[in-house]
Order: sequence, then structure tokens, then C-alpha cells
Amino acid sequence: MNEHEAVISVRELTKRFGTFTAVDGISFEVRRGEIFGFLGANGAGKTTAMRMLCGLSYPTSGSGRVAGYDIVTQSECIKRRIGYMSQRFSLYDDLTVLENIRLFGGIYGLAPGAILRRAVELLGRLGFRREARTRVGALPLGWKQKLAFAVATLHRPEVVFLDEPTGGVDPVTRRQFWELIYEAAAGGTTIFVTTHYMDEAEYCSRVSIMVDGRIRALGTPAELKRRFAVGTVDELFRLLARGATRSE
Amino acid sequence: MTADRAIRVEGLVKRYGTMTAVDGVTFDVRRGELFGLIGPDGAGKTTLFRLLTTLLVPDAGRAEVDGFDIVRDARAIRARVGYMPGRFSLYQDLSVEENLSFFAALFGVGERDNYDLIAPIYRQLEPFRTRRAGKLSGGMKQKLALCCALIHRPSVLFLDEPTTGVDPVSRGEFWEMLARLRGEGISILAATPYMDEARRCDRVALCDSGRLLAVETPEGVVASFDGELYALSGRERYALLAAARAEAGVVACYPFGAEHHLTVDERFDPAHFRQHLAEAGFHDVELRRAEPGIEDVFMKRMHHE
Repeated sequence: MNEHEAVISVRELTKRFGTFTAVDGISFEVRRGEIFGFLGANGAGKTTAMRMLCGLSYPTSGSGRVAGYDIVTQSECIKRRIGYMSQRFSLYDDLTVLENIRLFGGIYGLAPGAILRRAVELLGRLGFRREARTRVGALPLGWKQKLAFAVATLHRPEVVFLDEPTGGVDPVTRRQFWELIYEAAAGGTTIFVTTHYMDEAEYCSRVSIMVDGRIRALGTPAELKRRFAVGTVDELFRLLARGATRSE
Repeated sequence: MTADRAIRVEGLVKRYGTMTAVDGVTFDVRRGELFGLIGPDGAGKTTLFRLLTTLLVPDAGRAEVDGFDIVRDARAIRARVGYMPGRFSLYQDLSVEENLSFFAALFGVGERDNYDLIAPIYRQLEPFRTRRAGKLSGGMKQKLALCCALIHRPSVLFLDEPTTGVDPVSRGEFWEMLARLRGEGISILAATPYMDEARRCDRVALCDSGRLLAVETPEGVVASFDGELYALSGRERYALLAAARAEAGVVACYPFGAEHHLTVDERFDPAHFRQHLAEAGFHDVELRRAEPGIEDVFMKRMHHE
């Protein structure tokens, strides 16, 4: 597999709920090792699109492939080949660090021996050996996030979907988290991330901005700033999102 | 205590077992002031909100809200404050309008009594008034929560990270609403992880580990940044971050939008720095002096803590 290969590719992807078109014919590709920022206002259709990519919802029309599998006919295979993490839910607070690793390892279909090996390696790498039996709820937020990201990549997925991973997180902790993202991407993992922090959008290899179900802009942050004659991705976002016609 | 203070806090302490969540906090909020609390997770912001809204009793110290003591006059305070907790806490199974009438009934006011106050916000919710609150999008939930917190025309409004998960355009609109409420004479204490929002406050308090590090105007916070700040950019962003950190005189280097920001000590020499990076293979590097913002002050203070 080479690095120019598309890990995600979608063509005219569309999702309708009754008469409402949540996602309206979007097309794009994400290459191996890219950090792809999937931006848009609340209600623009990001979550619906992401659910289709993760195999959790079928498109009304259009097609797509993720990690080599078809999102319509092979959605179960996709679920095993991707990682997913969100700010709202990622780990069980009432389980210990080790219990969470074992639970998610099992869900991802790893054999018990493999789970144990990965757990030992992961606890060592994160410097969490002494916390193996600590309840996740008792960990500081920064640690919890590190662990959640490690658990989402436990089965060495080709692509990780991060849904607002830094929502409500302070500037120091949020930057620590982005260093994990950089490191994973440098190691060849493809990152698909949504965020409402526009400074984080600047850290992406490429970004797309969705408005009313469509992709209105797609490119590297530098290209887009030139093309739309703005100084920052934040300005570009405001420019495009203010033109939205549909409310949430 | 004087009546020109919406909130007055003196040496407030709250412990949970051996952990001190709020550790001797003293500050005040003037009437009609928009006051921001910024600090990392676990700094004690939510505990402080819960103390001031009388949901928790302090272990030491005292505080007044709208002239009433938070321990002695808890009931009087509850009738006078609006509170929007960090976690969505309306009734998910009630519709938008049912939630609003429920909160109006709780506070013994008619839904229309203070409609002028919430009208600009509620108008956006009206098309969804029969929808269950649990089915609203993030931005709409937050607008409904604000309406419910305002239905009895509180004199002091407590907002615990009200814009988490909200896009930049809606966040801007939310803060415009807060500025308007302040114009109506409502005093506001708001916690936020967004440094651009801190800039919109009259004064902000930086908090960490249960203490307030500083209480300042946003301009004052920025002016408190001592030392020099540089902005660094180049193509190999991630590699550049690590390389810059290893250079002499670099105290911290962190991503900042399209660039990296660098705080330095007296050993730092820009010419040497550029030369070293070029020798390490970074040929497209740009380094310039930069003006610090609130976020840089935050990064620096937390770095030293």
C-alpha cells in the first residue's frame, strides 16, 4: 500500500430523512497518513456523513469505500478496520484502565492473548503501568483522552474517526491531544477529525467545510486561504457558514 | 456588604475527602459585569458554580450573591439566579415549550412575564416548540437552556461552559446575546475553555488547582505576559515542533493556528536558532516576533504550574 492511496473515497454520497436532505451529494478522498479536518456548523450534516463512513447508517444514494471496503455492502468489515472516539463517549468511567482495554479489545475481535500483549505494551508506552487498576473516572482529563485515543487504535486500524475529540478541553490539554494525532499520522494512520476549534483546523493536512449538506470548500488550509482571500481558516469558516440557509 | 457587588467571595473553601476542589478563593463580580472563569479541567470551576448557586455548602469562607449569604439565605438566592450547568439538564422527554412552562411554574412566573428578555433567543426555537428537548441539536439545546435559565429574570446568571460543542458562528451569536443581557442589567459569571470568548468578558479570572491565579481585564491579562514570544512556521510542522523544542533558550513551543509559538529565555538567539534548524534540514523556516494573546498567557502560566 502506498501513501497516495485513498483510504476513504466517497462519490455523490447522499442521505435523506423524509423530505430533508441531510447530506447532499458529497465527494472526496482521504489519502493514507493524512489528517483530514471535516468542518461545518452544527446541523451542516457532518455527523450524518460520518455515520455513513463508519458503517452505522446506509446512504440513500451514492457510494463510498473506507479501508478497502464498500460502505453499503461491507459495513461490518469497516467497523472492524476503523477506530472511533468522541468527547462525549469513549471509555467507561466505572471500569478500570485495564478493564476498558480488555473490553474494547474484545469488541474489536482481538484474541485474549493479543489483548494482553497490546495492553502491556500500551500501558508501558503511555506510562500508565501503575494506573492499570485505577478507575478511568478518577483519571485527569488529559490522561483519559490519551487512553481513549490509544484504545481507539488498539486494533491498529487504518483510519481513526475523531468526533470533536477536544470539545470543552482547555488549551494545554487540547494541544497534548493533537500531538498524539500528529504522532499517529506520522506512523501512517489516517485521521478523520471534526472540531469546532478553528486553530486546530490549521493543523490538518487538508480540510473540508460543509454547509447545508454540501462540501463548499476542500483543500489544504494554505490553498483555501489563498483561494478565498482570507487570513485564517476561522475567517473562511465564518464566510461560508454565514451563508447557510438551513437552521439546525 | 455593599450592594454594588453581584457576587462577593471571601476565602471560599470546598473539600471532597482529602481533595481540595476550591482552595481559598476570593473575588467579586460587579453589577452588570460579564465575568469569565478560565482554567483547565479540574481547576474547581464547576464546584465554585455549585457553591454560589447554593447546591453545595462550603467548608470555610463565605460568599454573597445579590447581597444574600450562600449558606443562610439559600432560598432567596435560588429565586434570584439563573444557572446553566455544563451538562444539558433540561427534561429530554418534555417538548421545548413544556420545558419553558415547567421552569416558569417552578419560579412562580408566567411564561409571558419576561418574554421580552428571552424573545430574541426563543424566536429561533419557536419552529421547534413541540419537539422533545432530547431531539434538538446541540446549538438549539443550549439556546433552550438559556431561555429556561432566564425565564424568571434572574439578577445573576451562572453559565458553566455554555458553548461547548457549538460551532464558531453560533458561539459568536451566543456571546452577542450575553452582551445584550448585560445591557439589561444582568450580571454574568461564565466559565469557558475558549480563549476568544475570554476576550469578550469585562474581566477574567485564570484558575488552576482550586485557586485563582489572577483577576484582570482581558487587556490586563495580555499585558501580564513577560518575556518574548516568537512565531515559527515551516512545512514539516510536526518535526519542526520537536526540533524547536530541543534548541537552546526555547522554554516552550506549541502549535498555534497555522504557526508554532515559542516562548524563550535569555539564552535564545534567533540567528543561531535559524542556523541550527537549517543544518537539521529545515530550509523553509520563518521566525518572527509575535504579539501574545490570552491563550499564550494561559499556556505560559499552566506550563509553570
